[in-house]
Amino acid sequence: MNLYTFASPAHFYTLAGRLIPWFAWGAGLFTLWGLYIGFFQAPTDFQQGEAYRIIFIHVPAAWMSMFIYLVMAFWGAIGLAFNTRLSFMMARALAPTGAMFTFIALWSGAFWGKPMWGAWWVWDARLTSELILLFLYVGIIALWAAIDDIRRGDRAGSLLTLIGAINVPIIYFSVKWWNTLHQGSSINLMKAPSMAKTMLLGMLVLAIAAWLYTIAVALVRVRRIILERERQSEWVKAILAKES
Amino acid sequence: MYADSSTLSVHELACARGDRLLFKGMNFTLKSGELLLVQGGNGQGKTSLLRLLTGLARAEDGEVRWCGEPIAKQREIYHGEMIYLGHANGVKDDLNPLENLRFAAGLQGRGFDPALAAATLQRLGLRRCLDLPCRVLSFGQRRRVALAALLLAGASLWILDEPLTGLDIHAVALMEGLIRDHLNAGGMMVATTHQALNLEGVAVQRLLVGNVAIPELS
Amino acid sequence: MHRFLLAVLRRDLTLAARRRGDWLIAQFFFVMVASLFPLGVGPEPAMLARIGPGVLWVAATLASLLSLARLFSDDHHDGSLEHMVLSPEPTVLLVLGKSLAHWLIYGIPLLLVAPILGIQFNLSWEAIRVLEVSLLLGTPILSLLGGVGAALTLGLRGGGVLLTLLILPLYVPALIFGAGAVDGVMAGTGAEAQLSLLGAFLVLSLMIAPWIAAAALRVSLE
Repeated sequence: MNLYTFASPAHFYTLAGRLIPWFAWGAGLFTLWGLYIGFFQAPTDFQQGEAYRIIFIHVPAAWMSMFIYLVMAFWGAIGLAFNTRLSFMMARALAPTGAMFTFIALWSGAFWGKPMWGAWWVWDARLTSELILLFLYVGIIALWAAIDDIRRGDRAGSLLTLIGAINVPIIYFSVKWWNTLHQGSSINLMKAPSMAKTMLLGMLVLAIAAWLYTIAVALVRVRRIILERERQSEWVKAILAKES
Repeated sequence: MYADSSTLSVHELACARGDRLLFKGMNFTLKSGELLLVQGGNGQGKTSLLRLLTGLARAEDGEVRWCGEPIAKQREIYHGEMIYLGHANGVKDDLNPLENLRFAAGLQGRGFDPALAAATLQRLGLRRCLDLPCRVLSFGQRRRVALAALLLAGASLWILDEPLTGLDIHAVALMEGLIRDHLNAGGMMVATTHQALNLEGVAVQRLLVGNVAIPELS
Repeated sequence: MHRFLLAVLRRDLTLAARRRGDWLIAQFFFVMVASLFPLGVGPEPAMLARIGPGVLWVAATLASLLSLARLFSDDHHDGSLEHMVLSPEPTVLLVLGKSLAHWLIYGIPLLLVAPILGIQFNLSWEAIRVLEVSLLLGTPILSLLGGVGAALTLGLRGGGVLLTLLILPLYVPALIFGAGAVDGVMAGTGAEAQLSLLGAFLVLSLMIAPWIAAAALRVSLE
C-alpha cells in the first residue's frame, strides 16, 4: 500500500468516509471555542465598540475564500498535468464552499461597514476584489453547470480557474491602486492599531474551524461525485446494493 | 507516390462517451495501400473512432501510433500526413470554391497552385461554379468542394467520415476511381460508409465497431 | 510558421469583408451604449466629462464581448475549425491569429469611433488622445482574453451569456488602467504610469492567453 493507493477513487471513498467525522467534530469544537473567545473573552474595542466583533467571522471567511480558490487552481493544474480524475473531483467539490465563504465575507463586510463608515458598501480595495472573486467563482460554477460532458467540464473549469488564479493578484493590485487614486487616503479594514492577542487568537481558531469545515464538506461532496461518476463500476454497485 | 513504410496502428484502444464504454481492446494495423472500412450501426462509435484516429479526441485507454510512434508525441508530423473529412465540410459559405481551396492550402502550410485547383474542381464537375459563393451551391456540390480540398492536400492518410453522403451516382463512381488511385499510389484510407463501394483490386480490411452487425457490403 | 498566421489572418479578414453587417452592428452597439449614459445621468457637461472615460471603456468592453461569442463558433458549425486544429501548425498560432484578426476587425474601428464619442462627452483633446492610446493598448487584451472565453464556451447552450460571465471579471485590470489613464490626464497627474501598467498587462495577456485558449479549444473539440 502506497500513496497511489489512495489516489484511486475506490480507496479514497473509504478513506474519506473514515475521515469525515473527525473533521466535522473538529470543525464544530473549534467553532464553539473561537466564538467563545470572540464574543466573551475578547475585550470591547474602545473605538469601534461591540460591532467590531464581526471581524471574527469576516476575516476567516475572507482568508478562506482566497485560499480555497488557490487550492482549486492547484488541483486543477495537477489534474491537467497528470490526468488524475480525483484532483478534478476535488476542485469541483471545493468550489461551492469557496463561493459561500466569499459571499459571507462580502455580507459580513457590509454589516461591519454600516456602523463603521455609515454605508453598507464602500469600494474598498479588499471588498471590491472579494466581489470580483465571487464573480470568478460564479463563472466557474456556471461553466461546470453548462457542460454536460464530465471530462470536458473538468478540464474547461480547471483552465478557467488557472487563468483566474493568474489574474486575481493583478485584479487585487489594480483595484487597490485604483482605490487609492479615487479616495485619497483609503479606509483600511485591517488598520486596527494594536490588535489584542485574544482577538488574534480568536480569528486563528475560527480560521482553523473554517479549514476543518471546508475539508469535511469537500470530502462529503467528493464522495458523492465519486459515486455518481463510478456508478458503472462493481464496487459502487455493491455499496449501493448494501445501502438500499 | 507515398512512402511505403508508413503504418497506422491502434493498440488496446478504448473509447467512452459520457460514462458509456463504446469499445475497448481494439487493435489493428493499416499498411501502405490499404483501406480500412469501419462498420457498425448508428451510435456504436464509428465517428468517435475516427476522431480518436485524427487525434482530436482522447482515448480512454490505449493509443494510436503512426509509424510505430504514438501520434500524441509527433502531432505536427502526423497532421502533416493526415487529412480528415467529417460530417461538416469545412467549406465557408461566403467564399467561392477556389478561395476555399486557397485558404485550406494556407492553413495546412502548403503552397497554392490556382491552375491545379481549378483543374481539380473541374474534374469533380464544378466547372460552372468556380466563382459562385458556396452559399448558393447544393449540398452535394459543397461536398465536392471539400473532396477537392482532400485531393489537393496530398496527404498519405485519408480519414473520411461518410464521404459519399449527398453525392450522386456519377460522383460516387468518380470517388471510387479517386480512392483506387490514392491506394494504388501507396496511400492509406480509413472510412465509414453505409453505401456500397466498388473497389476491385484494393486491399480492404473491415472493422466492426460495437455489437450490431450490418449486412455485408458488396 | 508566420505563413500560417498570415493565412488565418487573411482568411478571417476576407470573411469579415464579405459580411459587413456583423462588423457594423458591433460599432453601432458601442455608439448606442455610450449614448444612453447622457440620457440616463443628465446632460451636464462637467459631469459627462467626469464619467466619460469610464463609460467609453465599459462600452468598448461590452462591444468587443458581443462579437467574441462568434470568434470560433461559426468555424465550428461548418467544420472548418476542426480542419484548422488538425493542421500541422501549432494551435497556439491559430488562436493568436484569430484573436489578432478579431482585434483588427472589431478593435481598430472602436479606435476610429471613440474620438467622436469623446467629443459628445465633452472630453478635452488631450484626454481624447490618451483615450485613443489606452484603447490601442487595451482592446488587444479584450480580444486575447476573450479568445479564452470563446474557446471554453464553444458549442454550449447560452454560450454568449456565459462567455460574458466568465470573461468580464478578467477584464477588470484593463478597464481600471485604461479609464484611469484618461482620468489621470484630466486630473493633471499624467497618464504614463497607467499606460505602462496597461502595456504590461497586454504583454502578459499575449504570453499567457493564447496557450490557455489553445488548450481550451482542444478540450472543447474532444
